[in-house]
Amino acid sequence: MNNIKKNRIFDQLFKFWGIACTFLGLVLLIIFIGSIFIDGIQRIDWDFITNLPSRKAERAGIYTALMGSVWILLLTTIIALPIGIAAAIYLEEYAKESKLASLLEVNISNLAGVPSIIYGLLGLEVFVRILQMGASVLAGSFTLALLILPIVIVSTREALKAVPKSIRDASFAMGASKWQTISKQLLPASFGGILTGIILALSRAVGETAPLIVIGALAYVPFAPASPMDEFSVLPIQIFNWISRPQHGFEVNAAAAIIILLLITFIMNSIAVYFRNRWQKRLK
Amino acid sequence: MRKLKESVIEKGLQASALVTILVTVGIILVLSIEAINFFSEVPITEFLTDTQWTPLYSDKHFGILPLLSGTLLTSFIAILFAVPVGLSISIYISEYAPRSFRKTIKPLLELLAAVPTVVYGFFALTVVTPFLQTFIPSLSGFNSLSAGLVMGIMIIPFISSLSEDALHAVPNSLREAAYGMGSTKLQNSFRVLVPAASSGIVVSIILAISRAIGETMIVAIAAGQQPRLTFDPTVPVETITAYIVQVSLGDVQHGSLEYRTIFAAGITLFIFTFLLNTISYRIRKKFREKYE
Repeated sequence: MNNIKKNRIFDQLFKFWGIACTFLGLVLLIIFIGSIFIDGIQRIDWDFITNLPSRKAERAGIYTALMGSVWILLLTTIIALPIGIAAAIYLEEYAKESKLASLLEVNISNLAGVPSIIYGLLGLEVFVRILQMGASVLAGSFTLALLILPIVIVSTREALKAVPKSIRDASFAMGASKWQTISKQLLPASFGGILTGIILALSRAVGETAPLIVIGALAYVPFAPASPMDEFSVLPIQIFNWISRPQHGFEVNAAAAIIILLLITFIMNSIAVYFRNRWQKRLK
Repeated sequence: MRKLKESVIEKGLQASALVTILVTVGIILVLSIEAINFFSEVPITEFLTDTQWTPLYSDKHFGILPLLSGTLLTSFIAILFAVPVGLSISIYISEYAPRSFRKTIKPLLELLAAVPTVVYGFFALTVVTPFLQTFIPSLSGFNSLSAGLVMGIMIIPFISSLSEDALHAVPNSLREAAYGMGSTKLQNSFRVLVPAASSGIVVSIILAISRAIGETMIVAIAAGQQPRLTFDPTVPVETITAYIVQVSLGDVQHGSLEYRTIFAAGITLFIFTFLLNTISYRIRKKFREKYE
């Protein structure tokens, strides 16, 4: 009897411990966002967003970094999207069970685990040096495109896998070819899932710092990039640069820029979750 | 005509898939070529045994051990924090919490992994370190303790999410058998379900370790830039990744020995994460076969 009681007490204790652990991370996140908000919110105004970088903390703005991030995001999407979706279609619809397919699969799973800074070294040697792009927006976008490629492929495959087999069968029964089935039936039906994966991959790209530092993106760029070959900075690098300065004014700037970066990341994540929920409902 | 079009499309899709192989080959080639250049000037024995890493000073030493110890120390602290917390979360969500709770809490927890790491670095430096200094006055402004702890927060969802999936996948008959024997949820969790889901849990932990070893911005910001061979969590250290960032921020000539050090450091990092990823992939494959 005594033993049973003891076991029940332990059981209850673990339940509370589990609740505590579950909320620990979230509470820390809230504390953190709260403290950054208090530090940075008074610094955010229209000037902060539209000002060029400056040596004086109170005059410095994030305009060039923000524009750099937008450029990088657009070009990364243009490069990674077609390759990623095409590779996923090949793996899911054409190459099933072949030797090549299993090699590709091991390879992609491995690439997903390669640290982002290693992609930076690859980009530095291949895009910046050998292909002579220099530390340009284009070199940065290629580097990040390779980095998010495994994520795009994996999520696109999941989305294709979720399309019911009946749709495939019906299309083939009507005499459609394989590609007609894919382009007219499977892609539209999995669109929501693919979109979710891509937005999540891009929200990862927008927060990446290390690979872009390695390829030589600068912390101080006097103007926003006007072409893909221009040098650039991005929001996370600007934040990193401000954090490394000793003056308190820059710490406030960093907090303010973090609010903007988090806002972008969270908005992208919410859009992704929204699309996923809507798509999953429709699929059912 | 239609056949031709179909096969052209298939070839195009295949070419896209082969790009991923090119990326892997590219990474291995780039790292090895520059590393071989490096080792033609610095003997590999010195690289592996020297206890100092000072390539940027006039008295140059090229021992990777201090960078490796920094990397392992910060990762160890992160894992020590994240594994018990992440595992408890996964057991709680999978066995104790109501079903509806699972659906809301999982995306929220995954938000922790979506926060850019430069932001976590700022958190470690400006909030966690000053907070810890009130308990440990000797804690230096840059240290592996707060960098490791914050990295731990970041990798919690990696462990909790994958472990929860593994626990969730354990057949219900095992649960029912254990309850039939009169066990509590706690006994059931630790004596039946965790062992049954152990391969999935091990995979989640290995992936988390690999993630921690390759993490860059948190340690570059909060752990410092002083390579030293120590396991003292209160002093500044430098990780492999932080060193690569440090060199990249400076003005190092392409083709110089300093330039090559980042590739020698990079290949060391790559080998570690590659081994961990391969092990986890193998376990995952086996695990899938067992349950299907």
